[in-house]
Amino acid sequence: MTTTAAAERSANGDTGSRRFSILAGRDINRETYVEEWAEAGLTVADSPYDPQPSLRIVAGEVVEMDGKERADFDALDRFIADHALDLSVAEEAMATPSHQIARMLVDINVPQSTIRRLADGCTPAKLCEIVRHMNVLEMMMGLGKMRVRKTPANQAHVTNWRENPALLAADAAEAALRGFAEIETTVRVARAAPLNALAILVGSQTGRGGVLTQCAVEEAFGLRLGIKGLTSYAETLSVYGTERSFVDGDDTPWSKAFLASAYASRGIKIRFTSGTGSEALMGYAEQCSMLYLEARCLLVTKGAGSQGVQNGSISCIALPEALPGGVRGVLAENLLASMLGLECASGNDALASHSALRKTAKLMLQMIPGTDFICSGYSAIPKQDNMFGGGNFDAEDFDDWTVIQRDMQVNGGIRPVREADAVAARRQAAQALQAIYAALDFPPIRDEEVEAAALAHSSEDMPERDMVADLAAADRFLEGTANLSDVVRALHRGGFERAAANLLEMGRQRVAGDYLQPSAIFSDGFDVISAVNDRNDYTGPGTGYRLEGETWDALQRIPQQKSPRDFIDAQVGEPLPNLAEINTAKVGASANEIVVAVGPAYGRSLVKTIGELDHEEVLEALLTGVAEEAFYGRVVRVYHSADCAAIGHAGARLSGSGIAVGLQSRGTTVIQKRGLAPLNNLELFPQSPSLTLEIYQAIGRNAARYAKGLSPIPVGVKVDNGARLRLIVKTALLHRREIEDIQEKAPQELYFRWEPDV
Amino acid sequence: MMTDDRKEKRENTSNASNGAYPLYGNRGDTLSAASGRPLRDLSLQKTLTEDISSEDYSISAETLRAQARIARDAGYPQLAQNLERASELTAVPNETLLEMYEMLRPGRCSYEEYEALAQRLRDEFNAAATAAFVEEAAAVYRERGLLRRELE
Repeated sequence: MTTTAAAERSANGDTGSRRFSILAGRDINRETYVEEWAEAGLTVADSPYDPQPSLRIVAGEVVEMDGKERADFDALDRFIADHALDLSVAEEAMATPSHQIARMLVDINVPQSTIRRLADGCTPAKLCEIVRHMNVLEMMMGLGKMRVRKTPANQAHVTNWRENPALLAADAAEAALRGFAEIETTVRVARAAPLNALAILVGSQTGRGGVLTQCAVEEAFGLRLGIKGLTSYAETLSVYGTERSFVDGDDTPWSKAFLASAYASRGIKIRFTSGTGSEALMGYAEQCSMLYLEARCLLVTKGAGSQGVQNGSISCIALPEALPGGVRGVLAENLLASMLGLECASGNDALASHSALRKTAKLMLQMIPGTDFICSGYSAIPKQDNMFGGGNFDAEDFDDWTVIQRDMQVNGGIRPVREADAVAARRQAAQALQAIYAALDFPPIRDEEVEAAALAHSSEDMPERDMVADLAAADRFLEGTANLSDVVRALHRGGFERAAANLLEMGRQRVAGDYLQPSAIFSDGFDVISAVNDRNDYTGPGTGYRLEGETWDALQRIPQQKSPRDFIDAQVGEPLPNLAEINTAKVGASANEIVVAVGPAYGRSLVKTIGELDHEEVLEALLTGVAEEAFYGRVVRVYHSADCAAIGHAGARLSGSGIAVGLQSRGTTVIQKRGLAPLNNLELFPQSPSLTLEIYQAIGRNAARYAKGLSPIPVGVKVDNGARLRLIVKTALLHRREIEDIQEKAPQELYFRWEPDV
Repeated sequence: MMTDDRKEKRENTSNASNGAYPLYGNRGDTLSAASGRPLRDLSLQKTLTEDISSEDYSISAETLRAQARIARDAGYPQLAQNLERASELTAVPNETLLEMYEMLRPGRCSYEEYEALAQRLRDEFNAAATAAFVEEAAAVYRERGLLRRELE
């Protein structure tokens, strides 16, 4: 009785499929998937309880919206009706069929402004109805056009578990160098906020002037940090789609709008935060779909005068992703934000999946069209240091990201950097903060901390620090009179002139307030770009944002990229002294000979195979194998072709036995027989990187056995699935080199000075 | 990342008021901070030699109004209104500003307290738009049960 693994498992009572068992262990199956349940708000885009679009306006006042009379309006309805809707266009917008507006979103001939105008008059239910007509590809088209700022960008998260200030500064500097337009930090311990905000402010301005920074804490505390000059923007102004959730968030649309004005009054940029799933999590979804509630959030956001929003489910992302159509729903909410003219920081921040494939697939929906900020927080630190709860993309993914940008010629807002530049920026940022800590009499940052921060990956690489003393200093700093100018002075005295100038410039820009306009960021050199002076003018191919010129050059030049010119240095060499050309090869008369036909460059301009075997040793191995079968080998060089089949074919024609081994310089080998068509053969060995001298010897043996009229067992070669992936560039260049040596010349007899050891 | 687009973006501005944008580049020499210190006097030299207060780094009511005009002309009326309310709030001291925000949170105040707040905004800070906004909030809060609940 034969036992197979399957039979054995069956005998053990295990009747399940082995394949399904392997699938069950995959990352994708560590996630939770649930069916929709509208009554609990567990439905992404379309609940049977979602209101139908409607709007009635009497004497300049909305008297009915989405099937509800004004008398029945809750606080959100009131706010939306009185602040968000443009009543001058609302009747026209509501009368325009939703599928028509959906088609306009995809139609390259309809500019952004036409859709913006109509969207300004749409109720929440109408907005949902429009995007429900669209599949993800159409939504991506719409998003690319509706994105507020023409130039896409990205935001980083910089935190660490130990709240180490030197490491925060270093990571912020690296993130700034990598091109993030905004950097957000937060705290493990709330009281650390002032010093964390200071660390990323100093770090970011050391890395690249003009990066906007924020510290996510409780709303009023956040305002305090802004007033102190420690942050230049705030985005954790959370709004919710039902009145009860809103109140549980301890705000109303009016208090949030007041907060927005309060921030602006101190020259601080803000954006609100919303996102699908929050209401269901808070227990007050009121049976509505996540998308409908998000449309309400977005209209509250717009009505409050926020220039933008971070949405895309944010910290709730795992909830829509548990439901059917969740990722499409998240894209729909990004699109709605952009349609309403809101700067959109489009999620891709919190950990959304265990599966790298699933995470990347979702990312493409925002990265390819481009959003104002692809991530509302790319974790520019390792996961264990992410105090937002773990990033979907972390510091370990930097190179994946920059390669994807290079693959697609898409600007995802992250620049490739060289190690030396990153370490230098990190070190300087930590030193700059050290100088400030000394000047402001905070607990000293030791030299060993600076050096550790320069080279660290995570807070595990940092020496211990007295957190209690830091927290006390943070309290004193917040309450004290020290302000931005003290920091600038400390930097200047410490010799950090550029950081001092950049920090001062942040203060001066705050006085001008240009970055309060929609979707404003600073490009290099403190040039503000926003919806006002960098309006997205996409109307089809050749228009809108194009990754080209200097930026494309910078994004494609990843440090891993090598010059192809020195790629095959290991294979190039001087002609072998013991391989001499005699005369034009003739057809052999002996039935005991095997011809080994080599390519034009073999042993001349190229002297090693792709697997770095010496050409000399390869010939020796082949001829040894031939000799083992009591045959002798002739070596000829084929000049007219670099193709393995053609070389073998020419060799077979010259062979007295009719059998030849064809050998390209890179090592690819064929056993050929006279009379077979060029692309037919006895044995072919295309996996040249896997060929060893033992295999070449076996090939020589088999060639001789074929000549004897035997049927030898074909030579086995281990299959290396990755070889082509690793070596394809080298393969192409070696082949190109061989082709360069092609001449219109008959095959030449070679004298190989060597005696078989048999 | 954005260097390519700089040349083009300057030609991308649409109308009169937006020709002034960015104010920093186009009107920088006319701008002053909330303290009244001209922007040109907020230099590194002055920072090293003079006493610079937080107000010297703060935006002025006038500049906020100019930014509000730019926002309105660019098609963002709600942002413009926000910036107009913000221009009023530049007059409100930091601690008072935080208190006012706290008052507007749900369940914090009676209707009368909101009326008083609106009055104060008008009288003390000349903040008519913000005052009207507070009154509107108070009316909605009363209808929706968002005023402070008096425990009998």
